[in-house]
Amino acid sequence: MVSAEANTTVEARHRALGLSDQDVLEMYYYIALARGLDDRMWVLQRAGKAMFVISGPGHEGCQVAAMWPMDKKQDWFVPFYRSVAACLVKGMTVTDMLLGLFARATDPSSGGRQMPGHYGHPRFKILSTSSPVGTQYPHAVGIAYASKLRRTGEITMVSIGEGGTSQGDWHEALNFAAIHKCPVLLIVENNELAISVPLRKQMAVPSVAVRAAGYGMPGVTADGSDVLECYRVAKEAYDRARRGEGPTLIEYRVPRLGSHSSDDQQERYRSREELEQVRKRDPLLTFRAYLERVGLLNESTLKDIAERIRRDIDTATDEADRAPLPQPDTARRHLFFEE
Amino acid sequence: MAEIRYIDAINQAHHEEMAQDARVLVLGEDVGRKGGVFGATMGLVEKFGEDRVIDTPLAESSIAGVAIGMACNGLLPIAEFQFADFIHPAFNQIVSEAARMRYRSNGVYGCPVVFRAPYGGSHGTALYHSQSIEAFYAHVPGLKVVAPSTPYDAKGMLKAAIRDPDPVLFLEHKRMYRIVRGEVPDGDYTVPIGPAVVRRPGRDLSLFAYGWMLSESLAAAEEMAREGIEVEVVDIRTLAPLDTATILKSVAKTNRALIVYEDNQFLGYGAEIAARIAEEAFFDLDAPVMRLAGPDVPGIPFAKPLEEWFSISRGKIAASIRKLAAY
Repeated sequence: MVSAEANTTVEARHRALGLSDQDVLEMYYYIALARGLDDRMWVLQRAGKAMFVISGPGHEGCQVAAMWPMDKKQDWFVPFYRSVAACLVKGMTVTDMLLGLFARATDPSSGGRQMPGHYGHPRFKILSTSSPVGTQYPHAVGIAYASKLRRTGEITMVSIGEGGTSQGDWHEALNFAAIHKCPVLLIVENNELAISVPLRKQMAVPSVAVRAAGYGMPGVTADGSDVLECYRVAKEAYDRARRGEGPTLIEYRVPRLGSHSSDDQQERYRSREELEQVRKRDPLLTFRAYLERVGLLNESTLKDIAERIRRDIDTATDEADRAPLPQPDTARRHLFFEE
Repeated sequence: MAEIRYIDAINQAHHEEMAQDARVLVLGEDVGRKGGVFGATMGLVEKFGEDRVIDTPLAESSIAGVAIGMACNGLLPIAEFQFADFIHPAFNQIVSEAARMRYRSNGVYGCPVVFRAPYGGSHGTALYHSQSIEAFYAHVPGLKVVAPSTPYDAKGMLKAAIRDPDPVLFLEHKRMYRIVRGEVPDGDYTVPIGPAVVRRPGRDLSLFAYGWMLSESLAAAEEMAREGIEVEVVDIRTLAPLDTATILKSVAKTNRALIVYEDNQFLGYGAEIAARIAEEAFFDLDAPVMRLAGPDVPGIPFAKPLEEWFSISRGKIAASIRKLAAY
């Protein structure tokens, strides 16, 4: 009896947010897919099949949740290098992402010109990513301004880590977005580490979200391990943007489960205890536990999902691996527009 | 055809392009009610409204960055930097983002932004209102850099820049704004980005310049003609991509080359022209390639005697011409 009551209470959570059972199952699928892809990319790098990996284990829950209210076709996404899960939800395939990892000619993000993790895809309105941190924020605001001026109804979402919020571009973008009430969701995925620099050395304020007040926009913080809460705040911000009320700063507090990149060894600056603690906040595990609690997943369905993901990633790996490398005679192309 | 000032030509191009294409908009500091500190955007906000003529916060990096985003989403922004000296905070956005957007996306995202900046020294402009910044940007693949020298070109090249599918840094030498006049058609025309042009034919030596230095060089060439030295003056106009063919053709004819630029001499834009001539026209040369450029100090000092010491006047150009012709 007690447990049945508990189920009703938790079950009400996703339904109360307007999410169907199908929605939350798909959200779980994307979180698990992104993690599966992430694991595969690291294996491929360690095996010498890829030069470099930078990805977002621990960030998947908030990324999938934030992307969920977005219109996948119409809206814009301006990613950063940890946006693996967000790009998958927006429409990129596992193959698309692995083509980038292998620097293949058919890599839709850059044709093998950029390091892995620099996503972009015109068909899904994912803007091309660069490596300097923070530059993407003004771009997102400019895109949103254009949407408003052209009355397209598009909403833009942009993501960054908390380290990037120290850049001037980040502050300039917030200021501009608020002045012009641009329809943009300003996401900060705060994992409390900028490579190795801890949050307390990045800012004197306790949270990024409080900065929003200085620009005249709402700022909210959500626990990145609570996928439904992540969705709730994103949906609210999305609706606000659609109503023409302007930008919202959303801070997701997320665990960084892995090293900064394949060139980093986090064990050099994070204790074993810290790593153990952070693993308890893994959104894949917390969301799975929720879905099991409400009876939407069980051992057998989880096994099916894992099997499907493994199979899809295997197929995509082979497909991307077989794709041709770019040739030097193409390296001068696309400096400027070609008729 | 009316004779108008350089600044009026720039202003006309804005008005015409904004009237004929709703995608064109202007953003920058004081571009609205004030019409720009030099008046380049005068009358635009009254005609096209605040949504398309945006008085921005005083923050250059986001002027460039927001313009880049706008360009990626269907608009044709003209981003004005009040002085070229203040464009430096936007260097990252222009170089890492605008110039690389097409290349790094393998051709799928373009970035049709015009970055306008008044550059160069005038009277009393000192260290931070007189800089020549062209070398920093002309060095960057993926970015076009122009510095028109006449009102006709200023209007035609600004229109071409606005319609260009790629980012263009549009440099206006501020000394020209009110003193350089020229005939400019009222209607629509463009001057293509790319080709250099011979402004004055001559047989004795080739002089390469752009912007205000072109005006001063033409004046010096007139003076030299009275002394019997016929100088061919070539207006570079587009600094990147460079029209090397026109330069080499002129050197092949005159066998002597003088490059005049106001920026510091060391690694300034003229160094590239000198290198091209040395590499590709070595056997055409009867004398070493010569450069006349600004002294290697950080900008034009304010006090009158110091400013005069720095400035590349027609007198200094004439002296260089005499020296090279006599070699």
